[in-house]
Amino acid sequence: MTRRITAPIALLLVGLLLIFDHATTPPNPYKAPPIFALGSGVEAVGGFCGAMPK
Amino acid sequence: MAEALAISAPSRLGQRGFLVLAGLAAIFAVALFAGARFGVLLAIGLGFGITLEGLRFGFAGPWRAMILRRDPSGILAQLLAIALVSIVAFPLLASHPGEIFGAQAPIGWAMVGGAFVFGAAMQVVLGCGSGTLVNAGSGNPVGLLALPFFALGSLAGSYSLVWWTDLGALPILTLTGNSGLIVTLGLLAAVAVLLLALAAPGTRRVPGRLVIAAVIVAALAIGNLVVAGQPWGVVYGLGLWAAKGAVALGVDLSGSAFWSAPGNAARLGESVLTDVTSLTNIGIIGGAFLVAAWRNGGLSQPLPKLPGKAWIATIIAGLALGYSSRLAFGCNVGAFFSGISTGSLHGWVWFAAGFAGSVLGVRLRPMLGLEARA
Repeated sequence: MTRRITAPIALLLVGLLLIFDHATTPPNPYKAPPIFALGSGVEAVGGFCGAMPK
Repeated sequence: MAEALAISAPSRLGQRGFLVLAGLAAIFAVALFAGARFGVLLAIGLGFGITLEGLRFGFAGPWRAMILRRDPSGILAQLLAIALVSIVAFPLLASHPGEIFGAQAPIGWAMVGGAFVFGAAMQVVLGCGSGTLVNAGSGNPVGLLALPFFALGSLAGSYSLVWWTDLGALPILTLTGNSGLIVTLGLLAAVAVLLLALAAPGTRRVPGRLVIAAVIVAALAIGNLVVAGQPWGVVYGLGLWAAKGAVALGVDLSGSAFWSAPGNAARLGESVLTDVTSLTNIGIIGGAFLVAAWRNGGLSQPLPKLPGKAWIATIIAGLALGYSSRLAFGCNVGAFFSGISTGSLHGWVWFAAGFAGSVLGVRLRPMLGLEARA
């Protein structure tokens, strides 16, 4: 067996995640933030591993 | 032979062209369906994956090289990348408060213990936060198996995070402004000098490949900060994937102080294509795959023959990676790389505790059967 089997499995898992996610919580491009946070004047509110829950 | 080469060359060219088109199509699709910012973040993630796998820039391997062979070249490249990011990040954080934030977290008992356990676990599977993503994307079966358990561990860690932090933590301590930048660069230089003093003869030169990789990784990390308003991270996205899966299976997360917090609860109801760390994580997996598929013989490597206990150890280490990185407020990326480069003192404590854990992990790895047999 070679990585020809395992590498596509990784992509398949990502694909399944995206399909499941799209079915349950589809994105709305009309609510998208400005392309750059810097200079946007909008507070950054993304999830980050260093942040305490708020 | 010559004929075979003549036939295979155009075919290889076509295959590589397809890989480039697939990557560009994915970026365009995300930009179209989720928004331009998110397409750019996927591109940044792909850049991380391509650089980490293509130029063999990592975290767990270089720490192992220092511990086992006193070869500091990989860690020196990491320090260079962190220094480059900090030179840009410190002024940006000072001039644009609110629009961008740093990887700032409190130092506490659980944070130190979490970093130690993470350091040990990442040496067991030889893959840190970004390394596990890269390994999975390039077809390394250990990384592929560890990844889902990393996500589950991250969910479990986030569920109990507040209980752990209540054991005792200092306020968030940060280095800021020009003086903070000078202290950070001085500390990075001091660590580099210490590593060079401890280095084995003939290992003091950083290969050009790693210097190039450090510059590219730094540029991508700065891009992440400018586009997303937050530093490069890994763990949050993995925990979010597991949390969304748990909710879909009917698990009630409202009892979790972490997942019932307004920001996190809102993110459970939004697409992962609008979550910063999810996008860069997906990009890293995809970028590593692109490089493995591009590289001659990249996907034809045989899978390692490992004993059963090695696979069990991989599952446990994956869970430990996820759980401990939540308590430590990040992995080698979110805490060590981004913490230090944006002035959080928890990044420095993470570095010390994670390295101590790595010393243990390097010894555990062969005992757990993870040194592949021929």
